[in-house]
Amino acid sequence: MLEIHNLHASIAGKEILRGIDLTIRDGEIHALMGTNGAGKSTLSNVIVGHPAYEVTEGSITFNGQDLLQMKTEDRATAGIFMSFQQPVEIPGVSMQQFMRAAVNARRKALGQDELKASDFLRLMREKRKLVEIDSRLVNRSVNEGFSGGEKKRNEIFQMAMLEPTFCILDETDSGLDVDALRIVAEGFNKLRTAETSALVITHYQRLLDYIRPNVVHVLLDGRIVKTGGPELAQEIENRGFDWIKSLTPNPSPNGEGNSRSSSLI
Amino acid sequence: MSDKDLNKDKLSGPAQPLSENRNAREERDGNASAETSNDFVRRIAEQKYQFGFTTDVHTEVIDRGLNEDVVRLISQKKGEPDWLLQFRLEAFRYWQSQEQPSWGHLRLPDIDYQDISYYADPTARKADGPKTLDDIDPEVMKTFDKLGIPLEERLALSGTAVDAVMDSVSVKTTFKERLSERGIIFCSISEAVREYPDLVRQYLGSVVPYRDNYFAALNSAVFSDGSFVYIPKNTRCPMELSTYFRINARNTGQFERTLIVCDEGSYVSYLEGCTAPMRDENQLHAAIVEIVVLDNAKVKYSTVQNWYPGDSEGRGGVLNLVTKRGHLRGRNSRLSWTQVETGSAITWKYPSCVLSGDGSQAEFYSVAVTNNHQQADTGTKMIHLGRNTRSTIISKGISAGHSENSYRGLVRVGRHADGARNYSSCDSLLFGNLCGAHTFPYMDVQNPTATAEHEATTSKINEDQLLYCNQRGISTEDAVGLIVNGYAKDVLNKLPMEFAVEAQKLLQVSLEGTVG
Repeated sequence: MLEIHNLHASIAGKEILRGIDLTIRDGEIHALMGTNGAGKSTLSNVIVGHPAYEVTEGSITFNGQDLLQMKTEDRATAGIFMSFQQPVEIPGVSMQQFMRAAVNARRKALGQDELKASDFLRLMREKRKLVEIDSRLVNRSVNEGFSGGEKKRNEIFQMAMLEPTFCILDETDSGLDVDALRIVAEGFNKLRTAETSALVITHYQRLLDYIRPNVVHVLLDGRIVKTGGPELAQEIENRGFDWIKSLTPNPSPNGEGNSRSSSLI
Repeated sequence: MSDKDLNKDKLSGPAQPLSENRNAREERDGNASAETSNDFVRRIAEQKYQFGFTTDVHTEVIDRGLNEDVVRLISQKKGEPDWLLQFRLEAFRYWQSQEQPSWGHLRLPDIDYQDISYYADPTARKADGPKTLDDIDPEVMKTFDKLGIPLEERLALSGTAVDAVMDSVSVKTTFKERLSERGIIFCSISEAVREYPDLVRQYLGSVVPYRDNYFAALNSAVFSDGSFVYIPKNTRCPMELSTYFRINARNTGQFERTLIVCDEGSYVSYLEGCTAPMRDENQLHAAIVEIVVLDNAKVKYSTVQNWYPGDSEGRGGVLNLVTKRGHLRGRNSRLSWTQVETGSAITWKYPSCVLSGDGSQAEFYSVAVTNNHQQADTGTKMIHLGRNTRSTIISKGISAGHSENSYRGLVRVGRHADGARNYSSCDSLLFGNLCGAHTFPYMDVQNPTATAEHEATTSKINEDQLLYCNQRGISTEDAVGLIVNGYAKDVLNKLPMEFAVEAQKLLQVSLEGTVG
């Protein structure tokens, strides 16, 4: 599914990622943990194709395609979806208009005809129920005046509409109370199929109580310094990141061993 | 002056007999083998202006140049009464004494007024203009079909009557008979002068006198066609009325004159659309629109202006120098201007309202898009004279490329306008670093009980919004379309349905290639 090899990336000339190796197979959920500034969001932005980030070395392939050669929108229609940490507001553009453009772009990429208006509205209704999102929200402008929790729930709703095969949840838990977190996480779990894979970025264990990862990685200074099973997240919760820092001087920036271990689990 | 002297168009080529008077086609059509690769590249680059074709139609064009004889000739061609000729001549003499204004935030090219033809008639086949559809040159019919404005009533958009004006002449007005059953007059201004001289004489120049400004004087001297609308008392006009303006002939100016009178307790919604061929030289469109609104009447006037904007290097394009004004003469009268301005090399236009009736209300909603080397200086004037008058101004400027986009507006509250209220909001959206957005709000409030509010914002197209759309699979072009339409929504919502859909597409097309 997704293979990242020796990825280096920088923003405004400053190197953030210093050699990431990561393989995520169909159906796998990988958690990515780490302190602020470790490069977690940079990695997700590079995967989706944020134009501000420059890849200086390495490769990313997605289902065999060279992702770095693809435009942001083509990566999306190929099945990559990111739940944004801070979803932007688009004033004057209704969720309906927005989703219609997105759904039809995906269909076009798959060689399907545009969805008829009535079919589209039915799809909106079905998916809205699935993720328990209020009809008032989908009738408003994109994210405009939404609370933090509503915005995150709206991200999951969009995911339901677009049925991606690979999802990035970029700190979806930040700014959510326990109830909102549960609803969002359960929404995600409902949408998952056996093939869906995901990269779940978080500081905390609590999201991983709902979305159970197969593999947990710890990112520090732009490198994956430790990879383990779900118990690694629990250990971080108990002992903090300093424990990892003290544990791994990590002289090899290569990190190949990490990715191999990840795919073994 | 006979037909033989007409159309000394140097680009027609020597092979064309003078008596033929065919409009020159684009050079590329005339001589395909001479097309250089540069021309080809340019043609491809300009494909997005989809109305840039020319029509090869027998057109009677008078000699270039402007003097009293030309004014007399125009008046004679239209068979006008003497009072109107005198009106034209007075305007012409006044115009001669004036100089072209230079206060706009525009680089207006030197216009050689002697190098323009002031009258071009594509219906000249028949002695006194077309009577029925059969009399109209099929090429003219095809032109309007191509523009999506079928002139056969059975094919027309439901609920819309059209006055189709090509160059200086109204070609056809649809649904005239059906409207006349309710006493509604909808015809070309030339016909109105013949058929309803008293009405025209009563109102022509009463809102925009010829001394108003340089271009108003010019228009008053040489105006050709436009529409005349009269809605009798207590009548709700059952269909949208619209005029479609098309410039076709080369080296001619178009001098539209429109007059709308809405009598007591009545309502009309009027739409205006405009397109022109792609040409290397500028073409002049200097129009006057006058609207009179009487007691408890309401007029809604919408424009989608898509004159040829010039090429990406700034060559050619229409110079759109227009005076539009409504007089809210009656108590509780209402007038709303909505404009979507995407075309023209230069736009100089301030649809205004004089609120003299007590309790009258005026609105101005505008989206002005400039791209490449386009320049727009547009806005409105709200002149509050009556008590408890209210006005609202919503202006959305969008600039891209090397363009300059200015909002210029005046809110004036007179001494007797107790309780007058104005709200103005002017937003500018910028694409890239090479364009300019400017706001020139003027306020002159002479009554202590009046309130006037002004808000303004300037922002750049938001990269995060584009990324968000891209990440959902929406291409950058489509994303720009969505974001810009969202930004302009408050204005687009004011347009009648069919127009709004067209305007949305137009906004997106106008901004193609501005991002990424």
